[in-house]
Amino acid sequence: MNKESIQLHVNGVRHEIEIPPSKTLLEALREDLRLTGTKCGCDDSSCGCCTVLVDGVPMLSCVMLAASYPDASITTIEGVAQGEQLDPLQEGFCVEGGAQCGFCTPGIILTAKALLDRNPKPTREEIAQAISGNLCRCTGYTQIYASIEYAIKKLRTTPVAAASGGR
Amino acid sequence: MAQFSVVGQRLPMVDAREKVTGAGVYTDDLVLPGMLVGRILHSPHPHARIHSIDATKAAALPGIVAVITGKDFPNRYGILPIGHDETALAVEKARYVGDNVAAVAAVSDQAAVQALDLIEVDYELLPAFFDPNETMKAESNWIHDDKPHNIEKEYHHHFGNVEEGFAQADAIREDHFFCPGVTHVAMEPHSTLAHVEDNGRLIVWSSTQVPYYLQRTLSNVLGLPMDRVRVIKPLVGGGFGGKSEVIPLEVIAACLARAAGRPVKITYTRDEVFYAHRGRPVQVIDLKMGVRRDGKITAVEARIVQDGGAYCGYGPVTLLYSGALLGAMYDIRNMKFDGYRVLTNRPACGAMRGHGTVNTRFAFESQLDMLAHAVGIDPVEIREVNLLKPPCITVNQLRVTSYGYPECLRQVKAKSGWKEKKGKLPFGKGVGVAGSHYVSGAANAIVRSGTPHTTIDIKANPDGTVTIFTGASEIGQGSDTMQVQLVAEELCLHPRRVKLVAADTDRTPVDLGSYSSRVTFMAGNACLQAARNLKSTIFSVVARRWNVSPDQLEMRDERVVLCDDSGWSMSFEEAAKCAIDHLGEVVATGSYSPPQEAQGGKFRGAGVGPSPAYSYSAQVAEVTVDTETGQVTVDRITVAHDCGRALNLMAVEGQVQGSVWMGLGQAVQEEMIWSQGLLMNPSMLEYKSASTLESPEIDTIIVESVDPEGPLGAKEAGEGSLAAIIPAVANAIYDAVGVRLTSTPFTPEKILKALREQQKKVAQRNGGSER
Repeated sequence: MNKESIQLHVNGVRHEIEIPPSKTLLEALREDLRLTGTKCGCDDSSCGCCTVLVDGVPMLSCVMLAASYPDASITTIEGVAQGEQLDPLQEGFCVEGGAQCGFCTPGIILTAKALLDRNPKPTREEIAQAISGNLCRCTGYTQIYASIEYAIKKLRTTPVAAASGGR
Repeated sequence: MAQFSVVGQRLPMVDAREKVTGAGVYTDDLVLPGMLVGRILHSPHPHARIHSIDATKAAALPGIVAVITGKDFPNRYGILPIGHDETALAVEKARYVGDNVAAVAAVSDQAAVQALDLIEVDYELLPAFFDPNETMKAESNWIHDDKPHNIEKEYHHHFGNVEEGFAQADAIREDHFFCPGVTHVAMEPHSTLAHVEDNGRLIVWSSTQVPYYLQRTLSNVLGLPMDRVRVIKPLVGGGFGGKSEVIPLEVIAACLARAAGRPVKITYTRDEVFYAHRGRPVQVIDLKMGVRRDGKITAVEARIVQDGGAYCGYGPVTLLYSGALLGAMYDIRNMKFDGYRVLTNRPACGAMRGHGTVNTRFAFESQLDMLAHAVGIDPVEIREVNLLKPPCITVNQLRVTSYGYPECLRQVKAKSGWKEKKGKLPFGKGVGVAGSHYVSGAANAIVRSGTPHTTIDIKANPDGTVTIFTGASEIGQGSDTMQVQLVAEELCLHPRRVKLVAADTDRTPVDLGSYSSRVTFMAGNACLQAARNLKSTIFSVVARRWNVSPDQLEMRDERVVLCDDSGWSMSFEEAAKCAIDHLGEVVATGSYSPPQEAQGGKFRGAGVGPSPAYSYSAQVAEVTVDTETGQVTVDRITVAHDCGRALNLMAVEGQVQGSVWMGLGQAVQEEMIWSQGLLMNPSMLEYKSASTLESPEIDTIIVESVDPEGPLGAKEAGEGSLAAIIPAVANAIYDAVGVRLTSTPFTPEKILKALREQQKKVAQRNGGSER
């Protein structure tokens, strides 16, 4: 099959890869860049496991063509922590039990990150609205709320983290 | 709680970090050099004889490395020794739409998909069976030739004397309940990577809950000795029972890897996951129950027909759980159970969270509610009237050691505001109560043998850490963390000193797997025993060095301490080093087998139901029913779960909330919708899994009954709370609008229909016309 050279700007690194133009962003991330933290749960945009941030906006990489985003800044779960230092959201999901099997976790963390970047003090209803496209079969969502609310609290009490978190 | 240092805390899961950073590896994340993609051709027909399969064109396609059919590995298998009735690829017949017919391994997914189109199968269509009652009347074309009238198994149990029991009753009800199939929908689709090493040894990485059974099955099907098969379980993205038996792709990937001479990975599409199913069966339940005026249950009689789908799978176990646990959480002396597991041309059902107990619990707890109203007793009270008095043995010979159910009822009653709400809320709003229970592991293994159900090794390392080698399968439920906590507690070490190697059949001892909520009870007890043995080995060396008796030593705060006034102590690191210097290696083993007394009766089918201990749950649901639209909204759930002891409070709460939430899905929106053999909703857009917007708050109470045999008193937490929510919601709907729904899910259509019928009856009673 024909391949073409495309550019992807992921987690602050510019990549040039040779892929068929039909390849989805999800496949390019997982297969070509080996960033396997982005998961495929459904292949039809119904579960939210493949969520990545495109210029800060949560989008479903399973229904996006990789070749269409040469100029976008893409953030995957691998780009959320600052080196060894976990993002408050990641810390929240550890401390409050938001991650059971962990398969939906990367997508939910990224969706929540986009929410907190534009609204640092969301209500529980606003959180529910924001992550309603990300399904979880393990938790019943209660501990996911607690995990996100942990991050909200932490960002409020540590302004430095808030500043660096809002790239 | 002060008696423990690690246990009881809200400790983060030991694998949480890798899950939040994306570093954690699930099967589909793995890549091997030269790896091929596997794809499976599925039958488009529900029941068809396969006369021939011609794969010549497919094999000739560029990029295709191997094509296989059922003839390449005709050995039958099945999770139960009594049910070896399937081959991963159909040999002579396809028995459901989606049945596996042929498979290819290719250099790309695109080539593989193209090749499937080129495989020519000559099918002869056969009459197909879809109705569980009708299928039993079939005189020919049986789904399996050796199962006359499509009856896979039937069981007839009678304890006490139901006729006498019903004669003593003041109120009797007979009701018909129906539950359509529901399925697990774990977020991670099944995935398997298989590789045959140069020496002919097969290595399989798979999203499995049962690595040991997978190793056994692969060994049987491929004709390889057990030691030539290694199964490794990477992270698993949820199981809920859907990965607790061998799934066709696991066998197919292994056979393709052997045929291709290269590693092969197959990951199901979401559509394939739905058709792979093995979830909760369609069940038709006819239930009869009698109570005295004081609420005491005098007899229960159930006829349960379970639509099993096309293969045996776990089916007979599912059915037996339905009978065994039907009445066993109450003191009932007369019980009768007639169960039929019938075959139909749909994907096989299997184990799903709350295995076998959920649909019958819905029926039982709904009917008990009806009877409470019939004799004018509060629904909480009628449950209290029928409590067991443990320690005791139920009429069907299940041993009950600890029983937090009364406390669960008491707590949900108080916390939910039951007294102020029951029967007192405005029309359209209501509350309902129900209970449920579940095994903490099956007391009898699937394959009966003398082998312990679980064995754990713990090795002391010279750096003062210890490593647990465990076959137990972490599937997101927290089993790794549970084991680390128990070993840390027993050895008085910080959990960060406890490492864990899990679920690799080459490196870890046998554990039967993550099913029937067995891991905390069984692996937990084995961990404690192994840790005690490790301590005793280290103490014996230290005691010799100090010239004291090992009895005088104990662990305190990461140190070996001499219990006298000498003040002698030694860091664990030093003690471990000392023991390693002396013995070369310090490894201790612990194992667990359920005691004889917990293994149940001797009658046919008695093997399923017995457990070393049972968890209990009570729940109150508060609902709003919109009488215009029929929409049921569950506003609030109060749940109390008796887990014996909460080893990790956060994990236990997470398990209980997850169970209640999954049960709520079955109650209000989840259902597999079939048209003949075709699944009408094989995607997550159509099979409605609740999002945040449809998920109410779950107020969670943990009750600790401290089981005498559980590890530090612990019992299961991951399944027992699933079932009660369904009848609790049904009972709340009755309280809200006075209608009874006897089939799940409680959709707006059903509510409206029931409301209309109710209005008709009222009109008739008032002497009005039918309109």
